[in-house]
Amino acid sequence: MRPIASVHEIPLGEGRTIAVDGEMIAVFRLRDGSVRAISAVCPHKGGPLADGQIDLKQVICPLHLNAWDLRTGCSLSGQQDVAVYPVFIDDDKIMLGE
Amino acid sequence: MRQRLVVIGNGMAGARTVEEILARGGDFEITMFGDEPYGNYNRIMLSNVLAGVEDESGIFLNDLSWYADNGITLHASTRIERIDRFAKRVYAEDGTETPYDKLIIATGSRAFVPPIPGIHRPGRGYHQGVFAFRTLDDTRAMIRYAREHERAVVIGGGLLGLEAARGLQSHLPHVTLVHAAGHLMNTQLNEQAGRQLKDTIEAKLGIEVVVDGMTTEILGKNAVTGVKLADGRVIPCDVVVVAAGIRANSEMAAASDLPVERGIVVDDQMRVQDEDDIYAVGECAQHRGEVYGLVAPLWDQAKVLADHLTGVNPFAEYHGSQVATKLKVAGVDVAAMGLKEPEHEDDEVLTYAEPKKGIYKNVIIRDGRLAGATLVGDVKKVAFLMQAFDRGLALPEDRAELMFDLGGPAGEVKVEDMPDDEQVCNCNGVSKGTICSTVQSGCKTVSGVMDKTRAGKGCGTCKSVVQRIVEWAAGGEVEEDPAASYYVPGIPMPKPELMNAIRLHSLKSVSAVFAKLGGEEDAKSKMGLASLLKMMWGAEYVDERDARFINDRVHANIQRDGTFSVVPQMKGGVTTPAQLRRIAEVAERHEVPMVKLTGGQRIDLLGIPKEKLPEVWADLDMPSGYAYGKSFRTVKTCVGSDFCRFGVGDSTALGIALEERYQGIEGPGKMKLAVTGCPRNCAEAYVKDLGVVAIDGGKWEIYVGGAAGAHVRKGDLLATVGSADEVITLTGRFLQYYRENANWLERTYAFVPRIGIDRIREIVVDDSDGIAAELDAAMDASVRAYRDPWRDRDEPATPGQFRTSLPLIVLPQVPVRA
Repeated sequence: MRPIASVHEIPLGEGRTIAVDGEMIAVFRLRDGSVRAISAVCPHKGGPLADGQIDLKQVICPLHLNAWDLRTGCSLSGQQDVAVYPVFIDDDKIMLGE
Repeated sequence: MRQRLVVIGNGMAGARTVEEILARGGDFEITMFGDEPYGNYNRIMLSNVLAGVEDESGIFLNDLSWYADNGITLHASTRIERIDRFAKRVYAEDGTETPYDKLIIATGSRAFVPPIPGIHRPGRGYHQGVFAFRTLDDTRAMIRYAREHERAVVIGGGLLGLEAARGLQSHLPHVTLVHAAGHLMNTQLNEQAGRQLKDTIEAKLGIEVVVDGMTTEILGKNAVTGVKLADGRVIPCDVVVVAAGIRANSEMAAASDLPVERGIVVDDQMRVQDEDDIYAVGECAQHRGEVYGLVAPLWDQAKVLADHLTGVNPFAEYHGSQVATKLKVAGVDVAAMGLKEPEHEDDEVLTYAEPKKGIYKNVIIRDGRLAGATLVGDVKKVAFLMQAFDRGLALPEDRAELMFDLGGPAGEVKVEDMPDDEQVCNCNGVSKGTICSTVQSGCKTVSGVMDKTRAGKGCGTCKSVVQRIVEWAAGGEVEEDPAASYYVPGIPMPKPELMNAIRLHSLKSVSAVFAKLGGEEDAKSKMGLASLLKMMWGAEYVDERDARFINDRVHANIQRDGTFSVVPQMKGGVTTPAQLRRIAEVAERHEVPMVKLTGGQRIDLLGIPKEKLPEVWADLDMPSGYAYGKSFRTVKTCVGSDFCRFGVGDSTALGIALEERYQGIEGPGKMKLAVTGCPRNCAEAYVKDLGVVAIDGGKWEIYVGGAAGAHVRKGDLLATVGSADEVITLTGRFLQYYRENANWLERTYAFVPRIGIDRIREIVVDDSDGIAAELDAAMDASVRAYRDPWRDRDEPATPGQFRTSLPLIVLPQVPVRA
């Protein structure tokens, strides 16, 4: 469990890519205040998922509009699933880990 | 305690209603009574059983195990004699009584047998050799008898009679069809269509057809020997099949003091008039004066009743069905909907007949909407027509498109003939097989399949093929997606309703719209809402950056590798040596991987990483060219009268003026414009969202709704005006009308034909609705609110607005203060 970013770095409803030990993680701050993290690279054609639009459930890749469930990483449009990472907010820091 | 639901009738209506109730999780103790000794079968398929092309076992919808599996008590071969509405009990012929809390009457109908002398034999029922055609038992008896005889007469030239005649041909050599009216299928078809059908059936099937033939007597002492017609003619035969229509089975209901006219009278919830707990569905029910004899209305009724009874939607209402039929009648394709003849003097009627091929087509249009259509022999356009009829869609201006597929490869392919591995969506690489398996996995809406497979989600040209494949794969069970009419999928409202609600509640941000109207936030709806709110509120719009698509967050177009393209404004495609020099310097300084001329007459710097965008803009020091948004893009021009020896108008000056004024205006779709200095059209103005063409005499023609992308369309002439100022005003007014009325992502090439160019001209040019001044004022406000978005470079709108999201290289870990 460790801090990977400050909540103030991610505007409400958007995502940012953060590098953790050489891995690229797209971290999203949902409009209900919670955070989610998934692998940053779209398995379809390598699009930057942190640039996608989100709601409380899904992220839409900006390149070809494929969608993934932010909580499970499951594809919602027939692509491969993506890895999810456990994240939560502690004070104003985003923590990675259970 | 569970409520007791009793269903009288185990035919298609009764069983379907129960299925719908079970599908909604309805918790009832269900008892069903059926007159026939079987499970539930598809009555429509009896003609196939008669013809021998279908096995009896193949027509069962639910066999007896289905009832057991679902805990339903079935009393087959048990006729209900009476309902006691006060004691809430039903009494069967065998003396048993069954209590109910809710009762559904679905007794259907029976064959109507006209009182023709000789048709019955006292004490024996029908005369030997005479059959009705209604039940499985009728069908079995008919087959057994026909096999040992030679000549059959079918009385009745409606759908059932024709099917019976075709079926009988499998069992005996001579079939004559006698019809009392002047032409076949006179309820559904007009005279010419009926005549065409007769000709085809006689020539193709060898069935002899007699019209205007009133049967006056069935001849024969011990068995049938012939029928006698009103004109004295005698047609010798040894089998007679009566298919002269149906009558609702409502006697039991009438005897139980329920209101019965032509059927049992029900309200919009299928509840029997003045009863609290008794309902009727199907052919025995009379709703708003109509008794239906087809299966589609029955499905609608079953759904409403199930919604209501299970409480899924206690207020569900049935409002009647638009009857549209598509059938293979005795091997001939026939489709009919709505009117069969024009009724008013100004009804538009189109007719096409090609008797040699057995083709007849007739379309009736009233007030621009489809009021009726009849197709015989060629029903290729039926899906389109049924949709236009059901939903009251605007019709194509070229009315011939209602009857024929004109050009375009999409219309040519027969989906059933396509191999499974054929690629349907060439943008996203989706095959027919993938679409079919998605349908089979239970997804039965066109938009649902498109979402799941991404078919049709690229350029969109294959959408009609995708739709036809879904319809085909679902075997006519395509479910309508109510969301198809929504402006965005997440808010259940069409655009005008949505705009009213936004105004009413003063909703100025996307999150406020979701909170008030949508319930839950929806990623796929944000961009469309952001565009709409910006257009409606201008400076008052509360801009939430997460509602924007990435392109609009960083004012550049995202590329396949996650880098962006930068296109500086170059009004009218006119540049200067100084601008070119600056662009060249910037491209060199930033090692821009590609410098490309665009189709919109500008220069594109491709491959710029997100984090370098502000720097590149600063070095360029030019305004944005908006090559990324759903917005006003470019005005392409030719060199015009200044230099071109053919030019008759100063197209460059006008193009620059248009771009100057309308730069960056956002809308439901891209707006690409052009001004060309003469009708040679070097700037391709005929195929732009709005194109202006100079013509001799100092005039300008304005075309709207053109396209030359995946969809190619020449624009429609909106107006011819005498000055550049008028062009500028009308352009603004048209674009504003488009912004306010087009659906999200609906380009002008779809919008203009949907509204109709005449109507648009009335509003925009003639000001028939008196809204021109409003449109001009709204556009003017948007123009005044313009601010070059590349100014974001000085002060980012959000933290990390331009931080890279694409891990081309491993990023340094973000330092976090402990």
